[in-house]
Amino acid sequence: MSDKNNGSVLVSLKNIKKWFPVHLGFFANMLARGEPEFVRAVDGVSFEITRGEVFGLVGESGSGKTTVGRLALRLLEPTEGQVFFDNIDISTHSHEELRRLRARMQVIFQDPMASLNPRMSVSDAIAHPLQIHYPEKVKEKDEIVRAVLEDVGLAPPHIFMNKYPHQLSGGQRQRVVIARALVTEPELILADEPIAMADVSVRSLLLDLMNRLKDEHNLTYLFITHDLATAKYICDRIGVMYLGKLVEVSSLTAVYSKPLHPYTQALMAAVPIPDPNRRRSQALPRGEIPSPINPPSGCRFHPRCPIAKAECSEVDPEMRELEPGHFVACHYAEQFL
Amino acid sequence: MMTNDILYSIQGLNVEYETRLGAVKAVDNVSFDIQKGEVLGLVGESGCGKSTLGKALLRMIEPPGRITSGKLLFDDLDLMTLSSSRMREYRGSRIGMIFQDPMTSLNPVQNIADHLTEVMLTHGMYSGKEESREHAETIIDRMGIRPERIDDYPHQLSGGMRQRVMIALALALNADLIIADEATTSLDVIVEAQFLDLLRELRDEFDLTIILITHNIGVVAELADRVAVMYAGRIAELGTVYDAFEQPLHPYSQGLMQSVPNIRLEEGDTLYKMAGEPPNLLQPPTGCRFHPRCPQAMDICSRTNPNFRTSHADHYVSCWLYEEHTDEKERQSGAIS
Repeated sequence: MSDKNNGSVLVSLKNIKKWFPVHLGFFANMLARGEPEFVRAVDGVSFEITRGEVFGLVGESGSGKTTVGRLALRLLEPTEGQVFFDNIDISTHSHEELRRLRARMQVIFQDPMASLNPRMSVSDAIAHPLQIHYPEKVKEKDEIVRAVLEDVGLAPPHIFMNKYPHQLSGGQRQRVVIARALVTEPELILADEPIAMADVSVRSLLLDLMNRLKDEHNLTYLFITHDLATAKYICDRIGVMYLGKLVEVSSLTAVYSKPLHPYTQALMAAVPIPDPNRRRSQALPRGEIPSPINPPSGCRFHPRCPIAKAECSEVDPEMRELEPGHFVACHYAEQFL
Repeated sequence: MMTNDILYSIQGLNVEYETRLGAVKAVDNVSFDIQKGEVLGLVGESGCGKSTLGKALLRMIEPPGRITSGKLLFDDLDLMTLSSSRMREYRGSRIGMIFQDPMTSLNPVQNIADHLTEVMLTHGMYSGKEESREHAETIIDRMGIRPERIDDYPHQLSGGMRQRVMIALALALNADLIIADEATTSLDVIVEAQFLDLLRELRDEFDLTIILITHNIGVVAELADRVAVMYAGRIAELGTVYDAFEQPLHPYSQGLMQSVPNIRLEEGDTLYKMAGEPPNLLQPPTGCRFHPRCPQAMDICSRTNPNFRTSHADHYVSCWLYEEHTDEKERQSGAIS
């Protein structure tokens, strides 16, 4: 492990798309006319994640953030576009080649109970990736499991090694999932809503743990969350998604202090702040996120956008770099500079 | 406070769930008053008993749970003394409830009109279907749903609209009190904010009293007048929203307020990390239930539960730090520096 590469690009997505076909059922299909329909879950997304950073993907449900996360690790086959991991194009890899790379990328999902096999003890669950990726290390597995348990704050390890998931608290379970992700010494961790199920008083501990592990193990995170406050606490850069597209990408400070896309602005204004003196005064966009089956033409936010003009319903805005490192996909974002 | 300002007075409420491993006291000797026209935020982590308390207020606890003792004085009438059919009249017509997942509360084979007219006809508000349908249209229009969608079925509505239908159901009979249990938790931030705006307007328009049960302290800060913090089946603290956020007295409330990520955090700000996790209510800690996690615990805290008492004005707390008779020596010997 070394940090010699810090600052280089670890993951790069190039115009990635994922369209899911809509299954109508037998009779509806017979009756349907014209083109088959698709859910355009991800519709042309490009971004890069630099080694050592926490890149946050935020957005509402249905924005496609989870699908992008899965595409970035090729847990899903892209409909179009390329994914590079450490400059290797993994979008064309065979499953055998992918498996060898998988030791270098791990996942933490939202629900630890669903991620852990109820019949596997903590120590077996954590050692499982070793059996798959590094069978030669299996004889040292107890030592490795002990070390990684201590790393994630489950100490002393012998108390936890022979326990089963149902004997652990929610926070402890998520720590086991994190430990299992660490055991192959990955470079990239996809964390999809990793604290959303944890109790409120436990969340800050998990976030701090993830922060510490990142430094100690030279990790890079793709951190997916719907919670802008959590993203602000842990991320270095943020990508905001709306209806299958990225609308804004920038450093943390720029996105939070000077959001340039009207959607990001609305999102920021809507987050409730735990301070009764700062109740929201700004107006909200009307309506809800539309269906990704027939997304609005042009800019997908235009039907709800307070500054939309005629052009917005016709031309899909390109991502433009309006400030160094601050990208936004809006025709009229200059006014917010 | 004069008695006629109090809409609902809860006195010595106990709720237990019978389990194979013994009785779980989900609500333990809880007493508080709900004032007419207020929004009372009831916050706590999962398993603290806040949902059980909410259901108990409607006498909706189902076996194996039951209300073992206590008075529920709604408008000076003890609901515990009502027969189940009289109680049914109160539910909906005087007290309405909204749950986290509207899909489980709505009947999938009934459209909005059916839902609303059924409620109105059952409670004898109208005798004819025509009148009740007209009234139903007015109500959903007020909720921000276009009246022509009254024939839509639940699956055709968005999450935000379904929650609006739930409120419409509660308001169809002019309920005085609405209990919203995690009603915004499954909504995205913008829709959540729209929904909170609606609640705020309706409160003023219909003189509603609202109990907002949530784990999200941001939502409470946004809407509540007073806040009750629950921990392990008991109310730890109750005060105005300003008291609770600016000068929380209970060490648990203090920790909670400082451990939640907030979009106003600046770079480098750290969150408070509360030790431990919420207890298992099968074997709750002795004395004050928070003492094993409390940074200021004293000897007495593990022995005796503190009373729930006024600290000053209308700010109540259940903590030995604020008991006048605390032995000064004991405080010093047990304090953790």
